[in-house]
Amino acid sequence: MKQYETVIGLEVHVELATKTKIFCGCSTAFGGAPNTHTCPVCTGMPGSLPVLNKQVLEYAMAVGLATNCKINQYCKFDRKNYFYPDNPQNYQISQLYLPICHDGGIEIETETGKKVIGIHEIHMEEDAGKLIHDEWEDCSLVDYNRSGVPLIEIVSEPDMRSAQEVIAYLDKLRLIIQYLGASDCKLQEGSMRADVNLSVREMGAEAFGTRTEMKNLNSFRAISRAIENERERQIDLLEAGKQVVQETRRWDDAKEYSYAMRSKEDAQDYRYFPDPDLVPVVISDEWIERIRAAQPELRTEKLIRYREEFDIPDYDAGILTSSKKMADMFETAAAICGKPKKVSNWLMGETLRLLKENNQEPEDMRFSPEHLAELIELVDSGTINGGVAKEVFAEIFAHDIDPARYVEEKGLKTVSDTGALREAIAEVIAANPQSVADYRGGKEKAIGFLVGQTMKAMRGKADPGMVNRLLKEMLAE
Amino acid sequence: MANVISDETMEYVGILAKLELSEEEKRQAKKDMERMLDYIDKLNELDTSGVEPMSHAFPVQNVFREDIVTNQDESADMLKNAPAQRDGSFVVPRTVE
Repeated sequence: MKQYETVIGLEVHVELATKTKIFCGCSTAFGGAPNTHTCPVCTGMPGSLPVLNKQVLEYAMAVGLATNCKINQYCKFDRKNYFYPDNPQNYQISQLYLPICHDGGIEIETETGKKVIGIHEIHMEEDAGKLIHDEWEDCSLVDYNRSGVPLIEIVSEPDMRSAQEVIAYLDKLRLIIQYLGASDCKLQEGSMRADVNLSVREMGAEAFGTRTEMKNLNSFRAISRAIENERERQIDLLEAGKQVVQETRRWDDAKEYSYAMRSKEDAQDYRYFPDPDLVPVVISDEWIERIRAAQPELRTEKLIRYREEFDIPDYDAGILTSSKKMADMFETAAAICGKPKKVSNWLMGETLRLLKENNQEPEDMRFSPEHLAELIELVDSGTINGGVAKEVFAEIFAHDIDPARYVEEKGLKTVSDTGALREAIAEVIAANPQSVADYRGGKEKAIGFLVGQTMKAMRGKADPGMVNRLLKEMLAE
Repeated sequence: MANVISDETMEYVGILAKLELSEEEKRQAKKDMERMLDYIDKLNELDTSGVEPMSHAFPVQNVFREDIVTNQDESADMLKNAPAQRDGSFVVPRTVE
């Protein structure tokens, strides 16, 4: 069989973190009852006039600058015409001729070293409404709460050659945008969506093969699987002497296959033209510099600073900075308690474990850094022991409880009254003659069991170090 | 010069505009469109070299709004514009892409 090369370009839609929609003062908040965030503008009523949200423009510029793009200092909006009920105007306001950013790129790590993935352009546009199809009544219900929510579409060059490179590119892009605060970029929830353009060609060939576009990819795993699957499908077609048809395909992750949505024959003719309701945007050099100066510290810079400022391993610094939320949590908690190493341990250990257990991402963390810092103080001051701390942390993680109050209310404080402890130990010694005999006979390990029994008798609320010490003392008597 | 629009183009424009035209309407629309194209050809006779393309009639730029929520729940009013409504949603004929 011939050797084939996969050529992949991505169209990434990112929902911007603005409070209001792109062209009207309706809220972008998620989860409102249907149509409660709508107005004449975002439901396409005749005579209504869109006005551009300045924050959308500034987020788009910030993303462009952080991805090494050039900014179009004269940019404008165009209408993309199509009929579908999710789009009440019968056109989507987008940018075709003069998009806000162009000709950039970001560097990714690959198996064979660093590689730059080009960014062709970034444009601003509005999201569509949501349709719910009713099979029984033979009708569709439309909710326009999402209609007019601001998006940027980041169009890459066809520079990627494998699923790994695609994931590395998306990961880097996601991190940059999260750090900028321009979006939370959650694939599962749709605030970041990637369409994959893929073609194959014989190794060494100059010309690109015919490409397909894959939609409905809701996780990195789905993206990887869809790429492998589509690569094989196209190679099988070519090997069988058939042609790849240029078409849009929809990935079904549960069934692990894709099917054609629309093909070239009924390709859409969007008849773009400049939107006369929106005036051009002119961006001065000073404005660009202002946005550039306000860029927050990105990951690369953060990693360098962590190395210098905190006594934590590079590996840990890498994990902590792999999410904006995690890095913010770390820095805030460390600043409060002044113990970066211990904060890092709680985040790298229990936090990651609980996130994994709950199938969550760092962005889903809901507890406050103050409570984590307070917990660390409780342990360090000897108020609670390590075992109890884990139990308390689980409560912080799940319900963001105040650890000091929780420990007080639940009576979890370590018992430092040696009288009570000695009493418990005496009972354990009396109840476990075999272990006591083993220990006295030279089996040092037997003490572990006795410590365990004492901790159990104290219902976990003792300092294991102290139990160990007192046990040895009392066994020596 | 006279532009001629083919039947296929006429058919295609009708599909894009979601219009169902009778034979008589098609014949009339074809004639109108040909005349429109002739008119544009007339404009093409002008020498526009050195003239900047214009997308807006007024010299206005940079009209923005701040990112502040100004609209309340107006769903009851919005739904008055719906052809039909149910459970706070617009009801339309079932559409599946």
